[in-house]
Amino acid sequence: MKATRRIVDKVLLSLTTVAVIIAIVPLVAIIFYVTVKGISAISIGFFTELPPLPASKLQPSPPGGLGNAVQGTLILVGLASAIGVPVGVLSGVYISEYGRNAYGNAIRFLGDTLVGIPSVVTGLLFFGLIVLTFRSYSVIAGSIALGTLMIPIVSNTTAAALQAVPNSLREASSALGVRKWRTSLLIISHAQSSIATGCLLAVARIAGETAPVLLTAGASNYWYSGLGAPIASLTYYIYNYAVSGTSNWVNLAWAGALVLMVVVMGINLVVRLVTRKKYTYG
Amino acid sequence: MSASNEAKMNAVSLNAWYGAKQALFNVSLDFVPNKVTAMIGPSGCGKSTLIRCLNRMHELVPNTRITGKVLLDDQDIYSQGSDPADVRRRVGMVFQKPNPFPTMSITDNVVAGLKLSGVRDKKRLTEVARNMLERVYLWEEVKDDLKRSGASLSGGQQQRLCIARALAVEPEVILMDEPCSALDPIATAKIEELIASLKEIYTVIIVTHNMQQAARVADYTAFMYLGELVEYGETSQVFESPKQPLTERYVTGKFG
Ligand SMILES: Nc1ncnc2c1ncn2[C@@H]1O[C@H](COP(=O)(O)OP(=O)(O)OP(=O)(O)O)[C@@H](O)[C@H]1O
Ligand SMILES: [Mg+2]
Repeated sequence: MKATRRIVDKVLLSLTTVAVIIAIVPLVAIIFYVTVKGISAISIGFFTELPPLPASKLQPSPPGGLGNAVQGTLILVGLASAIGVPVGVLSGVYISEYGRNAYGNAIRFLGDTLVGIPSVVTGLLFFGLIVLTFRSYSVIAGSIALGTLMIPIVSNTTAAALQAVPNSLREASSALGVRKWRTSLLIISHAQSSIATGCLLAVARIAGETAPVLLTAGASNYWYSGLGAPIASLTYYIYNYAVSGTSNWVNLAWAGALVLMVVVMGINLVVRLVTRKKYTYG
Repeated sequence: MSASNEAKMNAVSLNAWYGAKQALFNVSLDFVPNKVTAMIGPSGCGKSTLIRCLNRMHELVPNTRITGKVLLDDQDIYSQGSDPADVRRRVGMVFQKPNPFPTMSITDNVVAGLKLSGVRDKKRLTEVARNMLERVYLWEEVKDDLKRSGASLSGGQQQRLCIARALAVEPEVILMDEPCSALDPIATAKIEELIASLKEIYTVIIVTHNMQQAARVADYTAFMYLGELVEYGETSQVFESPKQPLTERYVTGKFG
């Protein structure tokens, strides 16, 4: 008996170890590969210049940059967050603090379903609703599509964060004659770092979206030129330039991928730091 | 036991439900002002439910309802125009498990009710915090680190902090649901001493499982069983010459 149990223990341990290695190897490979391929094209110019002409015999490798794409992604993510964060947080608050009824359950179910919808479908929806209506790709369409993708993520994580606050605190506050909305604010303040975490993860998630951006914000080789016009984005250039076969464009695609990866990893790092702080007040 | 204008609060034919499950059956009970009333009875008999009906905390649990009336100074707290937040300010509550706000300092915990209801006057808040901490005999123990988190205190200190917090909003009635059950005997003795001093100003209603505690602190005692009020009277009468055989069996420890 004892021997078999020890063997089972050993087997389980080795299986889980192998699984962890299988999970980590591609991650390390991606980080390594993207860094090696991308680092050479990273310079000040990458952030300040427009994309170059393709390399040719006359001009073997005009460097240029993806400044417009960095700008475009920042604008899209910023505007999307301006939509997705408030709507998502408020809907999470409703689900957790006011929605202990049929409506709340319906919204909760909707949120769970929305998270699972492929982002290209959301992109297609706003392509039909906005791009076709106004006959133009636009920053507005892109921001709304990305914001819509954020809402269920932010809403679900906010609701979960609020649910994790012990009910005894709600009762303590209510029993003092504090009004419901003020009690909710207090509960939100207790969950604020988890809520911030959810928002940051949603930002990281949409920063890397490609299909819905192409379907709504389109693409552009120039700087931002208005909310009603198409706009450049990092993911567009990564998608387009990586397979262009033109050396300087391929290099820029890798550099763009590196920048995106560093930003997303940076956000995750911030999340780690924020959540670590959460446990200090016990 | 009908409503009379001498009582501070009256439960009148009170029934309460959790979903389809009825937890209180036609309970009528008058609470005498400036006295301590103890609610006793076996686990699940509806003591907590009853006192949570007295400050409209019961309705915060989803799918609950009540019928009947609860009068506070002869006004039905469940009438159309009555505001639950106002009711809860007048009828404060202390919970079984101490529940200070973990992100707030000791001082901020005491005045949380005032601050969250919009009081901004710093001087008044500091004054109230000190008065209330003195009132619950906590001031001497914490005066040197009022900035510490309320959650960093011992269990007994936390419970006194919670009592101070309840008193700071100037209630008229204090409900306590087994306030000592999570505490050691010394902390319990301190709270009991405190309860005895509270009745000068407040009407106190306390749920307890501890018969000795009821005998020590309560002027009146109500015995409940399976959601019904079985017996209610002066504590000495309920313990020494109970009218109902069920009460006698309970207070002599034959069941429960
Ligand atoms: N949230 C709830 N949902 C459903 N039923 C509940 C809920 N709270 C209490 N009850 C039921 O209502 C009845 C009365 O419970 P209550 O908590 O008032 O009893 P109690 O006398 O305070 O018991 P204890 O001494 O164990 O605290 C019990 O049968 C209990 O199961
Ligand atoms: Mg109870």
